[in-house]
Amino acid sequence: MKAFLFILLLAATPSWAAGSIVPKLDIGKGGQCVEDPQWMRKNHMHLLIRQRDETVRKGIRDGKYSLKNCIECHASLRDDSVIGRDDSFCQGCHRYEAVKIDCFECHSGKRKSAWAQSK
Amino acid sequence: MQFKNRLFWSLIAAGGLVVLLGLFAAHLMEEHGHIITGMNNQIVWGLPHVFAIFMIVAASGVLNVASIGSVFGKAVYKARAPLSGLLSIALLAGGLTVLMLDLGRPDRVMVAATNYNPTSVFAWNVLLYSGLFGLVSVYLWTMMEQRMNPWSRPAGLAVFVWRFILTTGTGLIFAFLVARQAYGSALLPPMFIVISFAWGLAVFHVAQSAIYAWSGKEHAPDIVKRMGNLLGIFVMAALYFVAAYHLTNLYFAHQSGFERFILIDGGLYPRLFWWGYGLLGNLLPLVLIFHPSLGKTRSVVAASLLVILGGFALLYVFVIGGQAYPLSIFPGYAASSSFGDGQIAQYSPSLPEFLLGFGGLGIAFLITTASVRVLDFMPHDKPHIAD
Amino acid sequence: MSNINVQRRQFLKTSVGLAAVAVAPGMLLFEAAHGQSAAVSSKVRWGMLIDTANCTDGCNDCVAACNKGNGLAGGLNSGGLSPTDSQWMRKVELKDMRGGRTLSLPMMCQHCEHPPCVDVCPTGASFKRADGIVLVDRHRCIGCRYCMMACPYKARSFVHEPLHDQNPDVPRGKGTVESCTMCVQRIDRGQQPACAEACPNKAILFGNLNDPESEIARRIRTVASVQVRADLGLNTAIRYQGL
Repeated sequence: MKAFLFILLLAATPSWAAGSIVPKLDIGKGGQCVEDPQWMRKNHMHLLIRQRDETVRKGIRDGKYSLKNCIECHASLRDDSVIGRDDSFCQGCHRYEAVKIDCFECHSGKRKSAWAQSK
Repeated sequence: MQFKNRLFWSLIAAGGLVVLLGLFAAHLMEEHGHIITGMNNQIVWGLPHVFAIFMIVAASGVLNVASIGSVFGKAVYKARAPLSGLLSIALLAGGLTVLMLDLGRPDRVMVAATNYNPTSVFAWNVLLYSGLFGLVSVYLWTMMEQRMNPWSRPAGLAVFVWRFILTTGTGLIFAFLVARQAYGSALLPPMFIVISFAWGLAVFHVAQSAIYAWSGKEHAPDIVKRMGNLLGIFVMAALYFVAAYHLTNLYFAHQSGFERFILIDGGLYPRLFWWGYGLLGNLLPLVLIFHPSLGKTRSVVAASLLVILGGFALLYVFVIGGQAYPLSIFPGYAASSSFGDGQIAQYSPSLPEFLLGFGGLGIAFLITTASVRVLDFMPHDKPHIAD
Repeated sequence: MSNINVQRRQFLKTSVGLAAVAVAPGMLLFEAAHGQSAAVSSKVRWGMLIDTANCTDGCNDCVAACNKGNGLAGGLNSGGLSPTDSQWMRKVELKDMRGGRTLSLPMMCQHCEHPPCVDVCPTGASFKRADGIVLVDRHRCIGCRYCMMACPYKARSFVHEPLHDQNPDVPRGKGTVESCTMCVQRIDRGQQPACAEACPNKAILFGNLNDPESEIARRIRTVASVQVRADLGLNTAIRYQGL
């Protein structure tokens, strides 16, 4: 449902295509994404939902579309997180699109190596 | 129904305030989590569930009035069928709202609607509740729309059957809990059905006389007396089932510890059971109804209020007392741990829980009050009824 | 009449075609995402054999390891456990009411073959993985707590407060129910559950109950072990020796 609304929003917002007022994001390490970035902006939620069901229900853990993979590359190099600041990778864009992220109520937004060090 | 305007709006305002407070409590619970309630990992269902179960059981029982009219053709009851249907919808809406807002993730009710586990009694109940809403609405329509009147008997029959299944489902929620001493008994579904008769009729009496009083109408005393007698019979039948439930438990050696706790040395729970349910919920109402010098309108209404109070006491003992007694995980051993093994669990309800529960009652009240004003739900008794 | 029918057929064909075009990329992705890795299989059934003779009264190492590995506070932040704190694993001290024998053992989700929590869950959030591990899919859990009412072992906890700084491998959050996962994230990496690894006396033996050659299967064949509340017929994966 949320994903559907998100797509609607995207469809109704030509600003992505025009490249006008888009949020400036701290994309972390960045580099080669698992799919084309423009495509990912539209479809990452489907990949994540698919991957999460595979992982939770069937124990398939090496899929490349996992949330942990996203965080590994895209957590900020400053605070090792995809949430928490206005330009954080996940939060920045979701705030811009006014779509609530439910993931981080339960999932850590931090890169695992950083989390382990802080412990 | 003609209320005085000012009275009507003050009732709506008061009910609205109670509902708003309930919603505020739900918001607090959503924001802070259930830590602000008295519930914990041992008492997982608390006061909101007492309110919700009362309302859901009464929602089914209040339909008894309609059933006696439609299915068994009694004119006095038939005149009251629309009000009975309305009260049922109102109570069900109130009860379900409380249940839903108490969820850990109320924002995910859509998940409950789209993922359905066919082995879960909870999931069956989702269907049963929405089915009741639908059937009762159709039933009300067949009664209030003259062209549909010929259909009101079959619709009434469908409602009659459906609410039996629904209360069976409510009883099964507990009856299927095989490991808990307090629950896991096949007696629970019929017990809930009979109890629903008493609570539903009590709620009906209270609502009916309140609406009569607010609209300045006089209620025919002989009708009240008749329906009061029926309430007395239902109360006794419910008492019989509650007694049978405890007596069978007393007979099983492995249950005697639990019964001792609930009936004798469990502190608040035996007190609520004997004074709340036994005295206030049974003895006093029966005296009020059947004593030769009583049984007038006022004492029937008082009896109904007491039956409702006794109902809450019984549910508190059943739901919370039933969880407070330690689960027998290692029969034959005395157990202790950091997680309450072998200990009586502690529970004290918090303010948000009360507010949420009363908020549910407020919703039922608002729906009823507003509906009787805009539509013709109140009975039209013909003079000199003989049946 | 026939004209309408033809038109309708045409319309249906077009819509089916459009639907196929809409769905196809998703299906392709699904295939791509699948890759080489395989789902867990029902040929395996993970279980534990707990030897109560080797479980020391007062030792809490398994519980501490569980809390650390899964990111549970375990009462450390608030000075002692409160009744609202999650406990996936707990030590239970037992005293036989007839003979007076005392023993100590760890208690947690028993990973039943026929789990009551899975039966009662309205949304299917409680589920059993093919390899016998009983889990809560927190994406589906609505927090009704019916599973906690149904569990004969009191194995489950409800998260009563918002959580922060969870272990990236063990997501957990407010308003959902949780319990021992047998450290599924470790098992999937080929490691043992944290408690089994932490026990100083090796009282917790972890392994595949379905493999007749595994040590746990051999031990269960040769020594007397029991399931807790075996009378309920749930066929638990956790067995106790000396209970």
